[in-house]
Order: sequence, then C-alpha cells, then structure tokens
Amino acid sequence: MSVLTRDSVGRAGDRSAPGEATPHRRCGWWTTRRRDQLAGLLFVAPQLVGSVLFVLIPLGLVFWYSLHEWNVLAGTFEFVGAGNYQAMADDPNLPSVLRVTALFSAGLVMFNLSLALLLAVLLNQRLRGTVVFRTLFFSPVVVSLVAWTIVWGFLLQDNGGVNGALGVAGVDGPNWLRGDWTALLSVIVVQVVKNVGLNMVLFLAALQGVPAELYEAARVEGANAWTRFRRITVPLISPTILLTSIITVVGSLQVFAQIAVLTQGGPGTSTTVLVYYLYQRAFQFHQFGYGATLSVLLFLIVLVLTVVQWRMRRRWVFHEQ
Amino acid sequence: MRNRLTAVVALTALLGLTACGGDAAESDGPVTLRMTTWSANEAHLKLFDEIAAEYTATNPDVAGVTFDPIPFESYTTTLTTQIAGGNPPDLAWVLENSAPDFVTSGALVPLDDTLKGTEGYGFDELAPAATKLWQADGKLYAYPFSTSPFGVFVNTDLVKSSGARSPAELIAAGQWTWQNALATAKAVRAETGKAGLVVRDFDYKGWDFLSTVWTGWGAQAWSEDGRTCGFNSPEMVEAMTVLHRGIFVDKALPGPGTTADFFAGDAGMTITQISRASLLDGQKFGWDLVPLPAGPKGEYAVIGQGGMGVLKQGRNAEAAADFLAYLTNPANSAKLAQFFPPPRTSLLTAETLAKTNPLLSPEQLQEVVIDGIADGVVKPSHTGQAELNQAVRAALDPLWRPEADVRGVLDGVCTAINPLLAK
Repeated sequence: MSVLTRDSVGRAGDRSAPGEATPHRRCGWWTTRRRDQLAGLLFVAPQLVGSVLFVLIPLGLVFWYSLHEWNVLAGTFEFVGAGNYQAMADDPNLPSVLRVTALFSAGLVMFNLSLALLLAVLLNQRLRGTVVFRTLFFSPVVVSLVAWTIVWGFLLQDNGGVNGALGVAGVDGPNWLRGDWTALLSVIVVQVVKNVGLNMVLFLAALQGVPAELYEAARVEGANAWTRFRRITVPLISPTILLTSIITVVGSLQVFAQIAVLTQGGPGTSTTVLVYYLYQRAFQFHQFGYGATLSVLLFLIVLVLTVVQWRMRRRWVFHEQ
Repeated sequence: MRNRLTAVVALTALLGLTACGGDAAESDGPVTLRMTTWSANEAHLKLFDEIAAEYTATNPDVAGVTFDPIPFESYTTTLTTQIAGGNPPDLAWVLENSAPDFVTSGALVPLDDTLKGTEGYGFDELAPAATKLWQADGKLYAYPFSTSPFGVFVNTDLVKSSGARSPAELIAAGQWTWQNALATAKAVRAETGKAGLVVRDFDYKGWDFLSTVWTGWGAQAWSEDGRTCGFNSPEMVEAMTVLHRGIFVDKALPGPGTTADFFAGDAGMTITQISRASLLDGQKFGWDLVPLPAGPKGEYAVIGQGGMGVLKQGRNAEAAADFLAYLTNPANSAKLAQFFPPPRTSLLTAETLAKTNPLLSPEQLQEVVIDGIADGVVKPSHTGQAELNQAVRAALDPLWRPEADVRGVLDGVCTAINPLLAK
C-alpha cells in the first residue's frame, strides 16, 4: 500500500511542476524521485533491518539446519539432505502431536471467537457499568503471560482455588491438570481468558461502526434480535471476524509458555502440541536438526491455514476496503 | 532499484553480524573464564569468587573467573543452547542425569593428564564410587565435586503431635523400614492434616527421584549395561504397588497436583539430598536427619551427583582445565566440602565434615553422608537421558490415578523405552 502511495505521489509531483523539476532531473543524478526513494527507504529501514535480522535470516537458517544432523554436545554438523524429513515421516509420535495440536487450535479458536463476540455484543449495549467490565475483560491482555500462567497453575491444582470454589458449590472438581482431557481444556481456558479481551475490543470497535439506521429499518420490517444479528451485524463485521480468526489461528499454533508452565506436555502426551514437541526435540533432546525440520512443518501449516482463510474471504466476508 | 537496495541492506546486516562474531581467543591478553552453575546461593558464589581471586593472583594469564548461575530447572537446556549459539562456557557443572550424554559425546576435555600433573593434587584418593559415572574409556571427563546422598529429613514436631513412632525411635528399635515409615507418614497426614512424606522434586514428573524408594526393593530403572528395561521386574512392581497404595489409599504421600514444602513446615518427612540441610537454618520446627528406611532387600543408599567439566568447544580449554585443577585441589576441596560432599577419601571423615556442616551431628554425617557415599547407588542415568526421561514420564502418568493397574502401566513403560534403550 505504501509503495503505491509513494509512486503516485512521485508521479503527481512530476506532472505538477514540469518547469522546475525537469531540468534538474536531466542534468543531475540526484533527482527528486531518487531523493524521495531514499527518504522512503530510510523510513522503512529500521523495520526492514529488524525483519531481515530476526525473521528472514533465522527463517533461512531454519531451512538450512533442517538439512543437517547437528549434535550440539559433540560439535558436529553434518549434511543429511532429506534425512530429517524422512525421520519426520516415520516419527511415531507425530500423529498424536498433530492431533493434539488440531484439537487445541480448534478448541481455542472457537471458544475465543465466540466468547469475544458474545462479550462485545453484551458490552456494546448502552448500560451503566460497561466501561468497568470492558476494562475488566481487557486487563488480562496486559498481564505478563508467565505470571498469569503460574497463578493459574496454583488455582488449578487438586487442592487449588478452582476446586475450592467448586467445593463451596458442592461440586467435587477433577484434578484439572492431571486428567487427559481436563488438562487440554484447562490450557485452552487459561489461554482464552488471557487473550479474549483483545478480540473483544476489535469486535467492539467493529460493532460500533455498524450504522444504527440499518437496525432501525430492520426493526420496522419486523426482524427479531437474532435475525438482525445474523443478517446485519455478522455481515458488516465480517472483515473483523476474518482478521481475528487469522490472528487467533496463528496464535493458537504458537502457544508454548502455557504448556511449559502448566503441564510440560502431560499427562502422557495429552497436551504435547507441535511447538512444545519441537522445543523438546531441539532443546531437551539436543536434536537441533530435527527440531528445525519440525519448525519447517509448523511454518507450512501456518502458511497453508492463513492462505486458505485469506482465499475463503471472498465467500463470506461481506465487504472489503 | 528498490530490490537492489534491499539486497544491499540485508547483505550489510549479515556482514555486520559476521564481524561481531570474532573469536576472543585470538587476542593475546589474559583471558576471562566463565563457569556455569545451577547454584545462585550467595555463600557458594562467595567461596568460588575467593578461590578464583587466589588463582588469578598467581596466574597472570587468567584475568578473572565469572560464575554464571542458571536456574536448576532449565540448567541443561540453557547450557546446550549456549553451546549451540556459539557461546559455550569454559567450565560447566553437569547434572548426573546428563553425565552419560556429556561424557560420551566428546563435549568435555579429559582431565586425567592435567589433574595428575598438578603437584600435590592427590588424584588417587578420589573415591571410585564417586568417579565411576564421569569416566569413559578409562579417562575422567568431569570432577564429581558434589556426591550428595539422599536422606530423610523429619519434622519432629509434626511427628510428635501425630502420636506416631518417630524415625529416631524406629531406628533405635531396629525397625526403620518402609512399612513403618509409611505408617508414620499416614498418621501425620491423618492427625495433623499436613502432608506425610514428600519425595522432594518428584512432583509426579521427576520420576528418577523415586529411585530413592524402589532401590530398597532391589529394583532398577534399567540394567547395569543400560540395555534391559527394569520397570516391569517383579521388584519394581512390588515397590510401585506399595507406593501407589501409600499415595491413594493411605494418603501417606501427597497426591498428584498437590504441593507441600517440608522446609516451610508443610510435611512430616521429606526425602532429599543432605545438601538441602542449609534450608533448615533458622527454622522454627524441630528436625532430624536419618538414612533412607530399609526395604525388603535391606538397607541401601542413593546418591545424586554433580560434576565439573571443561568444555572442548570453549575458547580457553587449557586455562580452564588448569583452573579446575586448582579449584579442586586438596585445600580447596576441603573448603568446598562445607557445601558439597567431596569425592576425596581423606575428607570423608565425620570430623572433617563436622567442621563445615554445623547443622548435622557426627552420627548423621557418618550414617547418611559417609556410609551413603561408600555404598550408594547413583540415581538412574543413560545416554539420551532427556528423551528417556520424557518417555518414562509420559508412560508413567497413568499410574498416578487411584484406579491404575500398576503392572499394566509398568509394562507400558518398558514398551515405550525399549526402542530408546536399544539405541
């Protein structure tokens, strides 16, 4: 977008002052156009340098490492070609890891988006106290992730706060972090409560952009609340739904600290998602080459999911700017 | 044009990075050594700094030694990441469970020549039981600076208020067995509401700490040669059945997902290394330290170790080995003995250890420390330990449920780790 703007400004400048600009451009190398280009590059340089150093070069290195057997302790680094990719295809743990990752991401995305939308719709009403609740739901977003997770780790213990509260209500709560499905559910809930506020704010902003007269017209036509939500609200905020779903899907595939702090992938392997598995392989088992191969797999999964979502937008996103 | 400039910026950045990665060893001046540790204890670091200062005063080639504490939980991971990142320390503490990986991979420099060549070092007095884990092909790859036996710390106030027989009474009567220890733990739990017996650092994840229990039954995680799984042996099944009953029927040990810190007064007894005795300094409750209870196979001891090695990939390996020889010479070993039970037989006497371990009585030092080091079984370790650790932890998880089929779960552990043991 910024490139187009710069080009169009440049062309507009050329046309608006032909008498002055043309002689300069013809006799010297240092033209207005070149000067603009350099200014533009200087503006984007800090971001560009950061991206190259911390994104593009590491990304290239990950592909390079994935073609090698890297024994950190022995200090050996041998080219094995597609050996790690073959090992990945034969890895007996990988199907279970991918299944847990899919379950985790699906649960997180559905739970996060529906709760965020519900909260946004509720907080979009003109009622007293909504500002307090907005702040309340958004505040976990700014809390340190590890601190948040450690506190939840205590709350979810067998004799922790969650079961204490359930006990008051006469319910005998499960040992949340030790049961196969309760552990996965716990990690999902901890992550959703942490981040739902961000999506909620995005939805809230989108809801406030829906023109009130559309609702009035629908009301005159006799549409009930559900129909108004389905036929007016959802289509008009669909660009935001697309944005939040892409962010949340990508985010769900990168969840690491919560797993590392709460369950370390257990019990069994019930919470070993792909990111945690590649961390184990690379940093705990010292298999950096294979860990890099799993990173490539993660990269491809994120890429495919994002492209699919982006392609599908034409079908269900109502309008695009 | 834009593309070309982008390429130039990227290339410049890359060159800048490469320029930053110069090798410090190329400079001719005195070097600074770095040692990673898992102890951030001020008293430990003060002693290390003092020894390092004495060393640098007489060795102009070494400008200083920095001690770099890394949290215990992530120690080996952080250390290997530093090595992978091209920033290896010159010296490193190595945990016993990663000893086989470090010793056999060629990551460490053999120390025999340097240590034997240091005047007055007394290489021959290092106890073979202590050095065994750190040797490969007859060469010593790390100095076992800490050989710390596991013992049972007792909160005598809690045990007394439970009305149960205390470990000291049981020892006097010759009845300090696992059966009676668990009965005392059960009484503490039932009468005081506090935890009975805590296997410290186990927390239903660090399964290797359970070797302090199953060794009493003569069970092993795997055979001596590391090739055969021992989890489904009759001895292990019996030990784990007793443990399972203790956790889920008698509540003698806190269940999964429950934390209880002995040193905060939350438990009647805890099994841990005697080096944790320093945590009892200034405690308000009465305490005792006793050896591990006898199992069906009689009395036994389990030891945990820490080694100090010189990294081959470090930039100053020769200087680092020389400093290690100084740090662990007889005089400095005696100083280190106040925190870490030493491998030198001349220092392993109750009198010597009593001078530097004021919290422990001579009887405790003799029974738990000296006898423990002489007869102790080292906690399980194997090449590829991290992967084995993870596989055993995952396969053992189903055991930590009230309705678990102990035999079935332990068979499952062997199924999971047999391919790894065969590697």
